[in-house]
Amino acid sequence: MKRRTFLLAGVGAGGALFLGWALLPPRQRLVGHRAPETASGAIALNGWLTIDAHDVVTVVVPKAEMGQGVHTALAMLLAEELGCDWARVRVQPSPIDQIYANISAVVEGLPFAPDVDNAAIRGIKWITAKSMREWGVMMTGGSSSVRDCWTVMREAGALARVSLIAAAAARMGVNVASCRVENGVVFSGSRQMRFGEVVQEAAQHRPSRVTLKSTADFTLIGTAARRLDSAAKSRGEATFGIDVLLPQMRYAAVSMSPTFGGTVARADLAAAQRMPGVRAVVPLSGSEYGDAPGVAVIADSWWQARQALPALAITWNPGPHAALSSEAIMKQLHATAAGTEGFTFRSLGSINDAFENAAHVVDATYDAPYLAHATMEPMNATVRMSRDQVELWTGTQVPQFARDAMARIAGVPDDRVIVHEQLLGGGFGRRLDVDYIAQAAAIGKAMPDVPIQVIWSREDDMQHDFYRPAAVSHLRAALDANGQLLGISAHSASQAPFKRYSQRVNFVFAKFTPDRTTAEGSWDQPYEVPALHASHAEVDLPVPVGSWRSVGHSHQGFFFESFIDEIAASRNQDPAAFRALLLQRHPRASAVLQLAAEKSGWGQPLPPAEDGQPRARGIALHWSFGTVVAEVAEVSISVDRRIRVHRIVAAVDCGVPVNPNIITQQVESAIIYGLSAALSGEIRIKDGAVQQRNFDSYAPLRIAECPVIETHIIPSPHMPSGIGEPALPPVAPAVANAVFALTGLRLRSLPLRLPAPGAVT
Amino acid sequence: MTDSVRSATVSFQLNGAPVTLSIDPTTPLLWALRNTLGSTGTKFGCGAALCGACTVHVDGVALRACVTPVSAIDGKRLTTIEGLSGSIAEAVQSAWIALDVPQCGYCQSGQIMSAVALLAVTRVPTDAEIDQAMQGNICRCGTYPRIRAGIHQAAETLRASPTASPAASPAASPAASPSARPARGA
Repeated sequence: MKRRTFLLAGVGAGGALFLGWALLPPRQRLVGHRAPETASGAIALNGWLTIDAHDVVTVVVPKAEMGQGVHTALAMLLAEELGCDWARVRVQPSPIDQIYANISAVVEGLPFAPDVDNAAIRGIKWITAKSMREWGVMMTGGSSSVRDCWTVMREAGALARVSLIAAAAARMGVNVASCRVENGVVFSGSRQMRFGEVVQEAAQHRPSRVTLKSTADFTLIGTAARRLDSAAKSRGEATFGIDVLLPQMRYAAVSMSPTFGGTVARADLAAAQRMPGVRAVVPLSGSEYGDAPGVAVIADSWWQARQALPALAITWNPGPHAALSSEAIMKQLHATAAGTEGFTFRSLGSINDAFENAAHVVDATYDAPYLAHATMEPMNATVRMSRDQVELWTGTQVPQFARDAMARIAGVPDDRVIVHEQLLGGGFGRRLDVDYIAQAAAIGKAMPDVPIQVIWSREDDMQHDFYRPAAVSHLRAALDANGQLLGISAHSASQAPFKRYSQRVNFVFAKFTPDRTTAEGSWDQPYEVPALHASHAEVDLPVPVGSWRSVGHSHQGFFFESFIDEIAASRNQDPAAFRALLLQRHPRASAVLQLAAEKSGWGQPLPPAEDGQPRARGIALHWSFGTVVAEVAEVSISVDRRIRVHRIVAAVDCGVPVNPNIITQQVESAIIYGLSAALSGEIRIKDGAVQQRNFDSYAPLRIAECPVIETHIIPSPHMPSGIGEPALPPVAPAVANAVFALTGLRLRSLPLRLPAPGAVT
Repeated sequence: MTDSVRSATVSFQLNGAPVTLSIDPTTPLLWALRNTLGSTGTKFGCGAALCGACTVHVDGVALRACVTPVSAIDGKRLTTIEGLSGSIAEAVQSAWIALDVPQCGYCQSGQIMSAVALLAVTRVPTDAEIDQAMQGNICRCGTYPRIRAGIHQAAETLRASPTASPAASPAASPAASPSARPARGA
């Protein structure tokens, strides 16, 4: 605690709260350049919370709530140390400020293997963290929120508690040491004082030392506290970006180039202008943020705007990629993956020796298609573009990039942009991009001072996504005459989603460096292998790509974990036992594997499905975002050759389980999202355009196909790690491995499809 | 703006209050609700009756507002998530909150409208009956296991207090409405 005390002493000295707010050292993360907006009568004790006279604590949250329960989880971190009444905790989105920059996502995104630690790596991580405190951006993604806020939000709560105690002690005329805090009340002997009674004086107090609770003393962290947003979301009261209502607001619908790189050749703007309710017709040139060229129509209602689009009778210039097809792309990726050139992410031992000494080689090529995010709330943004000030109402994972895009399109400085963050009707990485915001700004400029709500149709949303890249991986394993594993080589090919993203939003730190997300999941797994060589070849293609829940892990996890199963099968070894062998030096991963096997009844006979067809289990384990998840899938094949998933048992070690209820929710969520992709997810390109348009041709899992899911959480003392994404990568391989156990067929292509009966495999 | 504006008068009960609109009668009910009436609890998801986010009750029957012309509800009784009431709705919404069903929450208005319509007809639904009634409602966050548990819990609450009477008794099974359960991939 020595070092922490020192740090906070520094904070305390500068922490005269609003007094001298702008003079504070810019690095520390507790007090920002400006105070958070407060409800009337509420007082900010630092950049992370306000308290009002009625003891209502409003926690300032810098992460977007997109379903992952982050507002509740982050409020718990602060409330744990503050000692307030949980029933009086509210949340509000933070303003844009350097103190809310996401440091963890960037540091954890460095291309170092999770199990390697040395002075050089620590040094690079330290300097990166330091840089991010200066130049980092607010971002919700990379399953990083709790990790990123774990220390700072508890410090903010603890610091406020110390101030409140000091103020209450002074008011009661007692010694600070005689005080204790419970449920928002400071007690000393028989006397007591509520937070709300002393918050004003507390704001003048300068705490000089504070000690954080040890995990054993937690009373809120670790409990299944109910989500703060469930009631509003169950009563239709939650407000998403698309629900924003402003006086005199108009609505815009858009028609965007169906082909990648296409432009408008001709459009009858006047005809659209004559349609009912139409106020303006706006040609769109597109921007570097990735929004496509096209035409927008602004009308009194969205339906009228949408109805006017056909009147434009647009002739498209299809652009240079009009012949692009999924077949050609997959062919190119397969050819590239069959080669050897690329960036090596990890080289352990001598892979050449391993293959030279091999008595037996397992060789397999896997592939995965493009995927759309398909958030339930289609992309939308509401803007009001005035001469001196522009405003944005939207759901975004990156408010700072959203502000940048608004400023750039409007041609005003950053400080003339006001961002009103709304709840996100799903994110999954889609709302890391700001294309829809840049587009709304361009449309809004056509009607200055008038609020314009731009809404994409489902078809717009599905055909103008930043897709999970299609990918191919060539995997080889060398085994000796006794079946001992000598080495694994993985060489994959795909576009680079995070690099492309960084170029769109001008995130300079990742614009030109090797993109870790292309190969993550192939070189960072906890298995002990004498030799490992993992490399990736970046392929440049015109399909827009971005971060899709669990990013590279989403397909690399399928490739690698299916391949591990293939190696086990080649040795005639039980796949769980084989994995356990490779995990002997990784106790956390071993424990997760064991727990999943035990809870699933691994090795015990399974009764047939209700249609009489046999069932089998498959297992997979994957490390991502600091978290290890193992899953066992119970699968049968129906008489009409459909893969049916009956039950999934998941075990997870994500460090200290901050809220087991939300962790369980996220495991269920990631499994179902991943299962949708594994069983039917596929975006196909033909003639330079996406073929899927709506939920008929891109069909997510529905309730009848949803398996029973059981989640088991390891009570871990380690620092919390990610939970929004890590349960996704293991689901596809667990199912594919079960199909293998059931049929002997190894499915190496996503989505998983059984060959027609009698087909040669 | 031209003379070609087709306009008609459409009157209905919205959550118990009379509403009269002068509107293009082909406007989907969803957009009449959201844009004309400012009632945003009913969500837009697909525009093609594929996802169920826009589910409302018309005379107690679950209907997809995104493909229903506003003229079709002239003279009818419309209930949206904002106007849900009665013992079934309370049981469903309480179960949703107690089990933390929602994640992003965007599809939940539609899920709840479908669940209430199911329980109004089938007081103790089986899993198969839940599958059938809820198959038209997509959730991308994967709340299905909790939706199922929520419906069972609401049914249990209602069974334990059999005297409670539903405020809005549907005239027909939701399954009788073609838009209430679109076939997958249709």
